[in-house]
Amino acid sequence: MAEKSGADILVECLIDLGVEVVFGYPGGAVLPIYDALYNHPTIKHVLVRHEQGATHMAEGYARSTGKPGVVLVTSGPGATNAVTGITDALMDSIPMIVITGQVPTQLIGTDAFQEADTIGITRHCSKHNYLVKSPAKLAGVVHEAFHIATTGRPGPVVIDIPKNVQIATAPYKRPDPIQHASYRPQIKADAAAIDSAVEMLAAAERPIFYTGGGVINSGPDASALLRELAALTGAPVTSTLMGLGAFPATSDQWLGMVGMHGTYEANWSMNQADLIICVGARFDDRVTGRLDAFAPNSRKVHIDIDRSSINKIVDVDVAVVADVASALADMIALWKQRGHDKADLSNWWARIDDWRTKKSLAYAEDGTEIMPQRAIADLYAATRATGKDVIITTEVGQHQMWAAQHFGFDEPNKWLTSGGLGTMGYGFPAAIGAQMGNLDSLVVCIAGDASVQMNIQELGTASQYRLPVKLFILNNEYMGMVRQWQELTYESRYSNSYSDSLPDFVKLGEAYGWTGIRIEEQADLEAGIRTMIETPGPVIVDCRVAKMSNCFPMIPSGAAHTDMLLDPSQVKGSMTDEAKALV
Amino acid sequence: MHIQEELNQRHVLSLTVSNEAGILARIAGLFTARGYNIDSLTVADITPDHGVSRITIVTNGPPKVIDQIIAQLDRLVPVHKVTDLTESGPFVERELALVKVAGTGEERIEALRLADVFRAKVVDTTIESFIFEITGTTEKIDNFVGLMRQIGLVEVGRTGVVGLIRGKEPV
Repeated sequence: MAEKSGADILVECLIDLGVEVVFGYPGGAVLPIYDALYNHPTIKHVLVRHEQGATHMAEGYARSTGKPGVVLVTSGPGATNAVTGITDALMDSIPMIVITGQVPTQLIGTDAFQEADTIGITRHCSKHNYLVKSPAKLAGVVHEAFHIATTGRPGPVVIDIPKNVQIATAPYKRPDPIQHASYRPQIKADAAAIDSAVEMLAAAERPIFYTGGGVINSGPDASALLRELAALTGAPVTSTLMGLGAFPATSDQWLGMVGMHGTYEANWSMNQADLIICVGARFDDRVTGRLDAFAPNSRKVHIDIDRSSINKIVDVDVAVVADVASALADMIALWKQRGHDKADLSNWWARIDDWRTKKSLAYAEDGTEIMPQRAIADLYAATRATGKDVIITTEVGQHQMWAAQHFGFDEPNKWLTSGGLGTMGYGFPAAIGAQMGNLDSLVVCIAGDASVQMNIQELGTASQYRLPVKLFILNNEYMGMVRQWQELTYESRYSNSYSDSLPDFVKLGEAYGWTGIRIEEQADLEAGIRTMIETPGPVIVDCRVAKMSNCFPMIPSGAAHTDMLLDPSQVKGSMTDEAKALV
Repeated sequence: MHIQEELNQRHVLSLTVSNEAGILARIAGLFTARGYNIDSLTVADITPDHGVSRITIVTNGPPKVIDQIIAQLDRLVPVHKVTDLTESGPFVERELALVKVAGTGEERIEALRLADVFRAKVVDTTIESFIFEITGTTEKIDNFVGLMRQIGLVEVGRTGVVGLIRGKEPV
């Protein structure tokens, strides 16, 4: 068999695995791979401006298409710059392959130029990683890496390839389907656990579905099955930040998001439920609030493909270790087979409707200043009116929470945000990645003035590939969430939370060949948003919003679901040390 | 404000893992990253092709943490199987120690006498010292070392615990 270089073997593997787009940045230790890509124009390479941008683009691509995102970076700084994105993908379970160049094997460990211990550094922020020391092993590793990244609980896998391994040759044959010796994720649930879950659901008086990103990761079938099971049972549905879109926000059974900035009705329903069906969520501290007061009178069923998520924070009564779609299909089948009818939940719904009358997402307006919530609500209305497929990404902070509260999602894979790691700088590159995977969709990044600057250099990437992303900046001249916490906890001592020396975002966009728009008054808001949507090509919007508005409702740290702050009048301005010590 | 600690239980975990580069760092790093304790850790390959290693870890923590440790270990790609020997019925655990003791006269005789009681073997001797080889449970070795400390302990080398469940079935 004719031999191929390691670089050619890698590219052959990517083609065999159906890779269409690679987000990357060249450098000394990946030159052979870049040369191989030069000869394989079927793989589209997106040249980023910073390696962190590449990782978030790959995440945005993956989350919006369901396909793994692929990143290619050089050794040393290329790899270390990718670490934040790798960690982000691990926390949010995003399938991603990161290919890093490495110094040649004989130089490993000598402090060579652009050498970093990529395998050591990424060992605990990746799902798995590999150092490939022979071109003969490369094909097996690449295929296995894709298998591991995309199955079970998805995550990032790093493949570190020394430069001499890229040049040395070996025979290449497409590997057989993977039968891994030790990695065998459990897809199908234990029948007894499904039985218990179904019977508990049929007997519950105050059930609630608490859904998460696992529903999205499981694929579109899981969202459809969730809707079916919710319809069969008539139970209310809430979701984590990561799970938005799995269940339609337009449904009567939808309570809004749960947790720290969740709705009054979602948090009270969780607190008062007698049965919580957790579907692909992980009882994160942002969801539970004070643990000893979390859903005190409920039994809990937890469906998760990752056994280590079960009983990690909250003890559950029934553990269903399985893929969400598989488990929900089993539950629906058994529900029907047993002939269960929709229980009479009218008392439960009456209580929920009572909580809804609090209108916890309401906000005051003065008619001139743009309230950030209004900007999101108008953006939602305007993008819906286009009839286009709309994908929203966010950065991290107040704007992210307002987007989660005031933008309604009816379908999975349309909401891309950094939930677990909370990475400022995620949203803008994620939008570019999502647009690469969905060329005809309307992709809008909702950003804050501070977050957007963390990867603002990617303006050039969108220009280069003529990607018509819309960057909608809610500019309040603050790191708003930091300022909000300082108001809650530190008597409004605004230590370093003011965004001094902001750039002129309109001119900045124009410098990169974008269209720039500034919106300063509420009267101009609708028209400004319409112009953004209707203008072809990339558009940056500097939307000046009320500077001091805060995100409510809020469960302050250390508080229970029943102790929500609904408006600024309830803020005391200081906290106990125990509450201060919580994140 | 003060930070509170929880009560810990000792558990012996037995893992089979693919014998590949970095596996030990992967496991040890998981313990440090998640704040778990390692009292001892042993590793050696156990198959003719050197493809699989057994790692025995003695750890301690509250029951919920032990359960998490097992789940987190099981999640690592190269880990084949994790068994909590402490929970899986009767099991045998052994540790080997080399114990160097110096002394002359009556101390020397007493050291030999105690070694006999503990079935420790003399594996090296000079006029003024012995090295004893002793195997047993951690507690037995602790006791032996404690006694030798009163006689003239110089230093100790210990392997850490290995263990297997009793009966004909594998772990």
